[in-house]
Amino acid sequence: MMIKEFKLPDLGEGLTESEIVAWKVAVGDKVTLNQVIAEVETAKAVVELPSPYEGIIAELHEQPGTVVEVGSPIVSFEVASEHETDDDGGTTAADGSPDAAAGATNDGDAKAADETAKRIPTLVGYGAEVEKGGRPARRRRIRSAAAPALAPNGTAASATAPSVDPAAAGTVVRPEAAAGGLGTTAGQRPRSTPPVRKLARDLGIDLAAVSGTGPNGLITRDDVQGATRSTGTAGDQSADAAVGPDTVAVSNLGPRNADRETRTAIKGVRKHTAAAMVASAFTAPHVTEFLTVDVTPTMELLAKLKASRDFAGYKLTPLTLVAKALCIAAGRQPSVNSRWDEDNNEIVTMNYVNLGIAAATPRGLLVPNIKDAQAMNLMQLSTALTALTDTARAGKTAPADLSGGTISITNIGIFGIDAGTPILNPGEAAILALGSVRRQPWEFGGEVALRQVMTLSLSFDHRLVDGEQGSRFLADIGAILAEPGMALTMI
Amino acid sequence: MLRNETGPAAGSRNERGQDLETVQLISAAGERLSHPEFDPWVADVTEAQLTGLYEDMVVIRRIDTEATHLQRQGELALWPPLLGQEASQIGSGRALREDDFVFSSYRENGVAYCRGVDLTDIIRVWRGNASSGWDPFEINMATPQVIIGAQTLHATGYAMGIQNDGADSAAIAYFGDGATSQGDVNEAMVFAASFQAPVIFFCQNNHWAISEPVGLQSHVPIANRALGFGIPSLRVDGNDVLAVLAATRIALERARTGGGPTFIEAVTYRMGPHTTADDPSRYRDANELEDWAAKDPIARVAALLQSKGLLTTELQDAVQAKADAVAKEMRAGCINLPDPAPMDVFANVYSTPNSWLDRQRENYSRYLAGFSTASEGGK
Repeated sequence: MMIKEFKLPDLGEGLTESEIVAWKVAVGDKVTLNQVIAEVETAKAVVELPSPYEGIIAELHEQPGTVVEVGSPIVSFEVASEHETDDDGGTTAADGSPDAAAGATNDGDAKAADETAKRIPTLVGYGAEVEKGGRPARRRRIRSAAAPALAPNGTAASATAPSVDPAAAGTVVRPEAAAGGLGTTAGQRPRSTPPVRKLARDLGIDLAAVSGTGPNGLITRDDVQGATRSTGTAGDQSADAAVGPDTVAVSNLGPRNADRETRTAIKGVRKHTAAAMVASAFTAPHVTEFLTVDVTPTMELLAKLKASRDFAGYKLTPLTLVAKALCIAAGRQPSVNSRWDEDNNEIVTMNYVNLGIAAATPRGLLVPNIKDAQAMNLMQLSTALTALTDTARAGKTAPADLSGGTISITNIGIFGIDAGTPILNPGEAAILALGSVRRQPWEFGGEVALRQVMTLSLSFDHRLVDGEQGSRFLADIGAILAEPGMALTMI
Repeated sequence: MLRNETGPAAGSRNERGQDLETVQLISAAGERLSHPEFDPWVADVTEAQLTGLYEDMVVIRRIDTEATHLQRQGELALWPPLLGQEASQIGSGRALREDDFVFSSYRENGVAYCRGVDLTDIIRVWRGNASSGWDPFEINMATPQVIIGAQTLHATGYAMGIQNDGADSAAIAYFGDGATSQGDVNEAMVFAASFQAPVIFFCQNNHWAISEPVGLQSHVPIANRALGFGIPSLRVDGNDVLAVLAATRIALERARTGGGPTFIEAVTYRMGPHTTADDPSRYRDANELEDWAAKDPIARVAALLQSKGLLTTELQDAVQAKADAVAKEMRAGCINLPDPAPMDVFANVYSTPNSWLDRQRENYSRYLAGFSTASEGGK
């Protein structure tokens, strides 16, 4: 024998709850398929429930008169299992039912007391208008009995009051009510997407305590993961912080009672990055140029390549094509791939490209490079990029991969960013930042069309590269992305 | 008094100036009544065929009951019962040829059974498993229409197509009394009459448009509404399977021979709720239900078979066994239906490739991929 639970189904269209009016069977009764076992009242109708199984009633989980939420188990059946073992079914818990029933009744009271007369959203639509009379009378009776008990001083709720004053409901503090007092956070759910909300729920992160870095403050996957790292499992604490008026200003920074500042030792990658950036910024006079390009043809090419048999298994992204375009363009403007050798009073122009890729790793920012990228075809570049980022993300980048770079790319588009002024990797003459690819209204064929548009930001060292060379280099990359076929004219 | 002459209580007149009668071939008690105009149309019905009609009605009632149970057990989201309307659906459904085409509302599951629909396909939509239960061209029955009365336009258009093809098949639209108040139905009748399309407007007057009684909707018999469009109409006892069969055959013959549309009002009664989400006890009199229970479509055929000595125990057992088997098959098919994959929502939208849909499909698959725990990006 085995136990099958029957959960209260949605008996109407989009109902969330129903009331058990009467049981037509008792524990131990033998029932046949479709035999009427109960009478249930929904907001729409009183209906009979036919048994979904043939078997013996093992337990009735809910008492008559109880309002049950759709999806809650209401009855358990002992049914013949496939193997039909003659098990005594010692776990049927029939002896536990009085306790369970008592619990259910208490729950019912608490639930009734906590209820306000407002529209209850159904599974479909906004739910029925609150009825002023008629059927819910039974529910009101429960409430009117409970209300005085919860409000002994009689401030709230005479027997006819349609709702329970939240203040009178004792320890029951509604989150809406608390948040409403703050004014600033009331009513607005932080912007995010369903996948991100699910991630936050899985990680126990309260999105109200996360600040979004995406477009228009959208909370991204990275923001949630960042919140995990900074607050640990701070779900409850941050909820507290949101309520406590004295900590509103820092509510997204961590627990209420933590220090208002955090001190972290300057060491490791952070220290190295800082030194490198200072050296770069104060040694090389930076010039930054921007170019916004309709990259729709590149995106179409990528889609074609992805669908082709030859590229099966290769990870192709806009970055792969930009890397290739950069190598081609650098061949036409060698100054962007050169080095200032102060000691020897020489400019060193490289006839190879060691392409650096800025990578956010668990250790911090690293710029490993792909050696001799200029000699690679798309498949080789794709493989190298994948290996490079995987290794960097795993924190296993070898020192040799970090030295010898000649020019770099930073992909800020993956953070949803359009443009910026990248700082040169020390010793290099140029760095290209890729913005995110967005669908935007754009001039196309003499009309405004929705096109996939990306902004390129190029910083270069004005000691080595003049505006002309830098601009031509950027324009070449843009031309290839706007029409990949243009590459044919450059090689 | 004009009102008395045209009111539902008075004998109304059709276009030939005759009293508009409600034709009956089997009385509520199960006696075979003779009718000079209708009798010839069912003269060929053998005892075996009458028994077959009886079995059909028992089986579809069983399908209906089982589906209602399945809804109460949480296996179907909704079900619109046909209880009480078995004779209207079987009598008309069995009159049709394979190459005729049915355009129905959501309640004609008995007609679908006549068309040979797969039992699982009947409940597929009601389980929320698919947008359409079957391929309309496999059984020549369109996806049941939920929009009240819209299928009459589809049927009329299809019938005009038959005309253009020069074929002799017909289209039949099923709808209820409430639908006759809809613009779509009226427009369909205008077109059907103008083009003399081979279409049958088959109205099951089950007396209730959800909670609105038919008397409130129409102060004349529903069948009389068709006359205003120049469409000849018939009014039959919708709980009398033979009368319905005869009326449908008359209309089909007219359609096949270039006589244009016909309107049939089958006067029946919805014994159950509008759907499983409805409670008719809130708005209708229990006495009314009792009156109609006495006119049950199955009981009267059983009585007729009894009087002919055909209702043997073997027959009853066989019919019951068949009904049980059908119910069992449908229940198993229902419970074992696999949930559709999220991406299935893009299937069967357009018959040809569509770039907008392709884009949506691509976006949605990316969106779904966003739920995977593996983190993307972060170079």
